[in-house]
Amino acid sequence: MNRIYVDNAATTAMCGEAVSAMLPYFSSAYGNPSSLHSFGQEAASAISAARSAIANYLGAQAKEIYFTSGGSEADNWAIFSTAAIGAKKGKKHIISTKFEHHAVLHTLEKLEKEGFEVTYLDVYSDGIVRLDDLRGAIRSDTVLVTIMYANNEIGTIQPIAEIGKLCREKGVLFHTDAVQAVGHVPINVNEEFIDMLSLSAHKFHGPKGTGVLYCRTGVQLQSFINGGAQEKGKRAGTENVASIAGMSAALEKSCNEMNANAVKVTALRDKLIDELLKIPHSRLNGDRKSRLPGNVSFCFEGIEGESLLLSLDLKGICASSGSACTSGSLDPSHVLLAIGLPHEIAHGSLRLSLCEYNTMEEIDYILKTLPEIVERLREMSPVWERIVNGGAF
Amino acid sequence: MAYSEKVMEHFANPRNVGKMDDADGIGEVGNARCGDIMKMYIKVDKGIITDVKFNTFGCASAIATSSIATEMIKGKPIEEALQLTNKAVVEALDGLPPAKIHCSVLAEEAVKAAVADYYNKNGIAYDDKEFKCDGCCHSCELENEHK
Repeated sequence: MNRIYVDNAATTAMCGEAVSAMLPYFSSAYGNPSSLHSFGQEAASAISAARSAIANYLGAQAKEIYFTSGGSEADNWAIFSTAAIGAKKGKKHIISTKFEHHAVLHTLEKLEKEGFEVTYLDVYSDGIVRLDDLRGAIRSDTVLVTIMYANNEIGTIQPIAEIGKLCREKGVLFHTDAVQAVGHVPINVNEEFIDMLSLSAHKFHGPKGTGVLYCRTGVQLQSFINGGAQEKGKRAGTENVASIAGMSAALEKSCNEMNANAVKVTALRDKLIDELLKIPHSRLNGDRKSRLPGNVSFCFEGIEGESLLLSLDLKGICASSGSACTSGSLDPSHVLLAIGLPHEIAHGSLRLSLCEYNTMEEIDYILKTLPEIVERLREMSPVWERIVNGGAF
Repeated sequence: MAYSEKVMEHFANPRNVGKMDDADGIGEVGNARCGDIMKMYIKVDKGIITDVKFNTFGCASAIATSSIATEMIKGKPIEEALQLTNKAVVEALDGLPPAKIHCSVLAEEAVKAAVADYYNKNGIAYDDKEFKCDGCCHSCELENEHK
C-alpha cells in the first residue's frame, strides 16, 4: 500500500540537499571542530558556514546563533537563562500563552514552582493572541514574554512583529518558539523585534536532534551545558557537525523555495479545508487566514480522534490527533481546550499537516477516504446517535 | 504505545456492531467528556444471552474491548456473562497498553449495565454489589492510578 504522509508538523522527510550536505561529516571529514589539525578545521569551517547561512536567513548575525539539540532545548535555555538573570534583579514575572508547546509550558511550570509568576494569555476561539491583552499584562517586574510564532496543532500565526514592537517599547525581552514557522513563513528577527528565537531542523526537511537558539547581541545568555568552549562556552559538547551542515542546507532550500512552496501547499490545504467543512458537524480549528500554509486542523463531532487516526493509518494515511487517547492522558490537547472547545469535541480532533512533497492526488485520496471513515465511526457511536437525535452530548 | 494484533483486528473488523430495536437490556457507561462511551444491547431468552450488539464512541481499544466482550458473552447464560472480568477481556486481546486498561473496565461495566437493565425491566431481584457500575465509568480514577 502506498502511504501518504500528512504529519509534517511532527517531522518532515529530509531533503536530498540536506542528506548530501551531511554525508562527508560521517566519513571523510569526521574531525572534531575543536581540533587544530586539518581534519578539525574542515569540520570547524562547516560549522562556521552553517552559522553564517542560518543567521542570514533569519536576518541575524552569525555570532547570535547558538546550536542546540533542537527546539525544546532552545526553549528551555532561553527561558531558564532569562528567568535566572531576571530573578537577580527581582524580576520574576513572565508572560506567555495558554497554547504554547510543552517545551515552553513545562519550563514555565517549573519556574512557577520556584516562585515565578506566569501570566498565560488567552488565545480566543481563533487561536490568536490579542495585543491589548499583552499590553495589559506587562508589569514593571516582567522579565520575559514568550509567545510561539505559529501553533503546532492548529497552525495559527501570531502577530509577532506587533508583539515584538510592544515588548521592545516596554523594555521586556521577547522570545518566540518559531519551530513550526521557520522555513515556512518569512522571518526577520530585526524587523519583528525578536530578542530570542528557537528553531528545529527537522521541521523543514533537515535532520532530527538539531536546532538553534538565536539570541540578540546585548541580551545576556547564561551557560546551559558546562564543559568545553563550544558555542562561546555557553553550550559545551562536541558539535553535531553533520546535522548542523544538514540543517543549514535544508534551511537554505526551504527559504529559497518558500514562496513557491507556500503557493503549492496553500492550494492543497485550502482544498482539504473546503471539502472537509462539507462534512456535517465538522469544524476547522483556529483562524483560517492567519495560518501556516500546511496546517489543517479539524474536529469531527461524535467520534474520537485516536480511532479516526488509526482508521486512516489502516488506509495508508499518516496524520495526527490531539485527542486524549493519543496523548496518553485523560484530557484532550491543551491547545484545543485553550481555543474554548469542550472536551467532548476536542476528543474528535485530527491534524493533517502538509508539505510541498504532498500532491493533489494524495489530497483527493484523503478526501475520498476520510469522510467514509468519519461516517463509519459515527455509525457506531452512541454520541453521534444523540447528536442526530438533536440531543446534547 | 502499540496495540496487539488482536486489538487492531477487532478495531478494524469489530463484531456485533449496531443497535438493537427490541433489546431486552441496554447498558450505557462512560462519558463523552472522558472520551469513551459504550452502549451495549442484549437479547435474552430463557436466561441465555442470544444476541448482543454494541455502539462505542472512543479510541481503538474502546472499540476492540467492546467487540471482544460481545463475543465473550454471546450465547452464554446471564450468570456466566456476569462473571466476565476486565482482566479476561485484556487477556483475550493479548494485552492492552497500561493507559488503556480502563477500556476493558468499561467493557465489563457495559455488560453488567445491560444485564442490570434487563433485570430491572423484568422485576428480577439482584445484588447491587455485583454491578459496580453506576452508569458512569471509573476511567478517571483508573487513569490517575496509572500516573
